[in-house]
Amino acid sequence: MFAAVMGVILFVAGRVGGRRNDRVVAYAYLAPALLMLAVGLVYPGIRTIYQSFFDASLQSFIGLDNYKTIFTDPDQLVVLRNTVLWVVVTPFVATAIGMLYAILVDKARMESFAKALIFLPMAISFVGASIIWRFVYTYRPDQPGVQQIGLLNQIIVWFGGEPQQWLVESPLNTFLLIVVMIWIQSGFAMTVLSAAIKAIPDDIVEAARLDGVGPWGMFRFVTLPSIRPAVVVVLTTIGIGTLKVFDIVRTMTGGQFDTSVIANEFYSQSFRSDNQGLGAALAVLLFILVIPIVVYNVRHLRASESR
Amino acid sequence: MSGQPTRPAFRVALAGTLGVGLAFSLAACGSSDDTKSGGSGASAQAIDCSPYTKYGDLKGKSVSVFASIVTPEDQAYKDSYKPFENCTGVTIKYEGDKSFETQVLVRAQAGNPPDIAIVPQPGLLKQLVATGKAVPASPEVGANVDKFWSKDWREYGTVDGKFYAAPSGASIKSLVWYSPTFFKDNGYQVPKTLDELKTLTDKMVADKKIPKPWCAGISSGEATGWPVTDWMEDFVLRLSGPETYDKWVKHQIPFNGPESTAALDAVGQYLKNPAYVNGGLGDVKSIATTTFQDAGLPILEGQCALHRQASFYAANFAKGTKVAEDGEVFAFYLPGKDTASKPLLGGGEFNLAFADRPEVKAFQQYLSTDTWANVKASVSQGWVSANKGLDISKLGSPIDKLAATLLQDPAAVFRFDGSDQMPAAIGSNAFWKQATNWITGQDTQTTVNNIEKAWPK
Repeated sequence: MFAAVMGVILFVAGRVGGRRNDRVVAYAYLAPALLMLAVGLVYPGIRTIYQSFFDASLQSFIGLDNYKTIFTDPDQLVVLRNTVLWVVVTPFVATAIGMLYAILVDKARMESFAKALIFLPMAISFVGASIIWRFVYTYRPDQPGVQQIGLLNQIIVWFGGEPQQWLVESPLNTFLLIVVMIWIQSGFAMTVLSAAIKAIPDDIVEAARLDGVGPWGMFRFVTLPSIRPAVVVVLTTIGIGTLKVFDIVRTMTGGQFDTSVIANEFYSQSFRSDNQGLGAALAVLLFILVIPIVVYNVRHLRASESR
Repeated sequence: MSGQPTRPAFRVALAGTLGVGLAFSLAACGSSDDTKSGGSGASAQAIDCSPYTKYGDLKGKSVSVFASIVTPEDQAYKDSYKPFENCTGVTIKYEGDKSFETQVLVRAQAGNPPDIAIVPQPGLLKQLVATGKAVPASPEVGANVDKFWSKDWREYGTVDGKFYAAPSGASIKSLVWYSPTFFKDNGYQVPKTLDELKTLTDKMVADKKIPKPWCAGISSGEATGWPVTDWMEDFVLRLSGPETYDKWVKHQIPFNGPESTAALDAVGQYLKNPAYVNGGLGDVKSIATTTFQDAGLPILEGQCALHRQASFYAANFAKGTKVAEDGEVFAFYLPGKDTASKPLLGGGEFNLAFADRPEVKAFQQYLSTDTWANVKASVSQGWVSANKGLDISKLGSPIDKLAATLLQDPAAVFRFDGSDQMPAAIGSNAFWKQATNWITGQDTQTTVNNIEKAWPK
């Protein structure tokens, strides 16, 4: 199939010769990619935007009502609040932990082992990680004949405390879900930032040290400015990943107990609640929220490339 | 009314029934099982083909069947088709798919439906009929349904006044699991009315023989909350009667009306009463995080005595547990308001045809007979039908027998699971979600108000 398509393209491209037809050749090569983008991305995108102005069964046009619902309905407002929490907390904490770790283990003994430890969660799927953490948070009552099976509650019981229902109390539960994402993403942040730290030229570090710069100053004036582009990439990548977070919420609470986020709510509305219009509107909102992050990322990349 | 593609409540039921079959076939690895699996082959020769002559000679024809029932439970279905195949010469091609609910819709919409689909909910049946590909059932099927089922069952297979599908399997939800041994040792009696149930519960609290009388759990992944909907349906049915129940399901009365509020408050007297719940599992809130599969198990550990759950729950007890009237665990009928009324909440499956070829019609007709129901009962475990022609003695286990007895009780008024019939926005979203919030502390009025507000306009 692929060979046949390529054959046709090459044949068409070969037929048009001459310098002024270079443009045609270029478009011929671009055409399949553009076509696939149009069919697989642009068309569904436009269709989703279009559908977001319709009612649950996509029968009648209701204007901006779906968007109004998102910003007025109490349930949907909780969804928005949670999404904000996720996007504000996760990238910064994950990046901070990753950076701290990268600096601490840099040139330390057993560096690769230490790095592997924190990188391992990256290798676990979101669903797998969620199941692991659900066990950590599991609740059993503190009474005779009942054993704790959740790590966190067992620790609390050891210290004489009462076991808690971690995943039920809002908004604490959202933070506990965020911990899972941070646990997964810190390894990614650490890897990228560690590579960036290693790329800092030794002479700069040497010069700074000769000038008598302390550890904090070294971080503030040497390390951080040098790895700034990497930090931006890490922050934005984790930020986008966090906006789309779905598996963790779905696996751990199913969006119950006020833990739903936009991606999860979109799924619930579209496929469970049969409210196609609202589902589409949520998808569009998610798309709109990602745009500024992507724009910032692209601009930043361009700026650092042109330097 | 649109059922949504994945019906966890149903899948759960299915997994349950499937498990029952498995558990029992494992437990009964002795003689009875052997005769059964060997018997289907042997009986093939011994089949009396006379009930099948009316279908005529259909040699060389084939009928495709699509269902949500997969290995190993599907074997009983295939076996139950054997006599029909042998006598008429037709070949039945059975295909089971775990994502049946979505797939069957996709196939119908794409113009590639099976000849017969075994549809587990009336909501999905309506959606399938709405695709315009389904074929109304023949008058013979209709006559069988009139003959073998109570009137309400015909309704569930009817869309816009046209009768499409006869029911086949059925399950019972109005059951309370308990330990017969524990009851006997302490002189407790199976309650005959709702008041007696309440008195019994209070007595258990006073006697302090167990930490808490009731066990409950409503966690079920993304379907968390559905067990509460079953509780509530049972109580609407009991406190307000079947006519009001129907209106409630069809939203002819508001969800936040006095009927709903009364029913949910009545459920709350059990589920939200810290003195009653949740044996071995924690406080009231622990109901929200306890999976429904685990919820009834503390009965065996003597942590609680009662657990309201459907007949399929039998599958959740460990292998070797004696599920019988004189065993470690069994179920009793969740009583009505008084001894005279016998409302029964349950579910079921329907055989919907997408083709009107003679062999498909003949097969659909066969599935609506008592002949098939009895063949099916004799080759399977954990399967019951509301077909009145079903010979209860052919059923494999005490709990199946109990379910069938309840279904065939002339006094019983059967109603199909209400949330399965409500629009998806309620039946598989708002109702579950609000029920969960209700368990974790939200008051009854707010709960019913929120569900009413979510009802599609």
